[in-house]
Amino acid sequence: MLAHAIFFYIFSFIAIVSAIMVTVSKNTVHSVFFLILDFISISCLFIMIGAEFLGMIMLIIYVGAVAVLFLFVVMMLNVAQQKNQWFSARESSKHIPVGLIISTIIFFELIIVISGWKYKPDLVSSLSLNIDNSISNTHAIGFVLYTDYIHIFQLSGMILLVAMIGAIVLTFRQRSGVKRQSYFSQISRERSDGVELIDVPSNQGVKSDD
Amino acid sequence: MIDVGLGHYLTLGAIIFTIGIIGIFLNRKNIIVILMSIELILLAVNINLVAFSIFLNDITGQIFTLFILTVAAAEAAIGLAIIVVYYRNSSTIRVEEINSLKG
Repeated sequence: MLAHAIFFYIFSFIAIVSAIMVTVSKNTVHSVFFLILDFISISCLFIMIGAEFLGMIMLIIYVGAVAVLFLFVVMMLNVAQQKNQWFSARESSKHIPVGLIISTIIFFELIIVISGWKYKPDLVSSLSLNIDNSISNTHAIGFVLYTDYIHIFQLSGMILLVAMIGAIVLTFRQRSGVKRQSYFSQISRERSDGVELIDVPSNQGVKSDD
Repeated sequence: MIDVGLGHYLTLGAIIFTIGIIGIFLNRKNIIVILMSIELILLAVNINLVAFSIFLNDITGQIFTLFILTVAAAEAAIGLAIIVVYYRNSSTIRVEEINSLKG
């Protein structure tokens, strides 16, 4: 229990500090790196409390795909050199007090909800799909995901498909002046387009206009 | 303090959520950091769902965390595509200079 508490505080401290560094760091590449650190420490927390599958998925998806995508875009757009001062921008200073006040209010509302939150224990246990401790976490998720939530699962695949098509369509650019192979006109070319048979009369030859 | 329970994880989620909100409000630098703040907010929601799932002994929270991960990945891809297109057209993604909607 003590080790659990110690590791919880270590990982959550790293997560909070790196989340702060994501927002305040001046260099965008550093922000992406701190985002990766944040995801890694949160996935360590997930693994620690027993959601191993989600911890690993989080590592794979966020650190392996999303953060690398961010890093790629940051480096491609060359915004790392945009050294804009955070608090001394031209017109931004009037945003800061309002933003801080609203954020503080949201935080205290969340804390009030958390500390005053009570639930009826038998209500939750009577409705829930209980975690079977005799099988592994991945096994338990698989039992539920492909049976009870199969429609939502397929819908999420649809979301990914739409996102993929949308990203491709948005960033697709038709360049002018580039010679391309046109597969359709190649395949649909008939024999009569290319070859012409001429019945040549004797002693007259073929008259070739152009 | 030693006995880490549900409240600790919910508090961690609340702190990271608030940091994400602050990042959205106060950011003047570029819009990629705003997208990263949105990722932080989704991460805080994931922490809440997993903590409830473990401490209430219910697998459904982890299932919905998977769906939130899906939506977060899709949202990051679309958002970054929009940013790339915007940068190609107007060669800036600083938040102060994105004002063509006059909002």
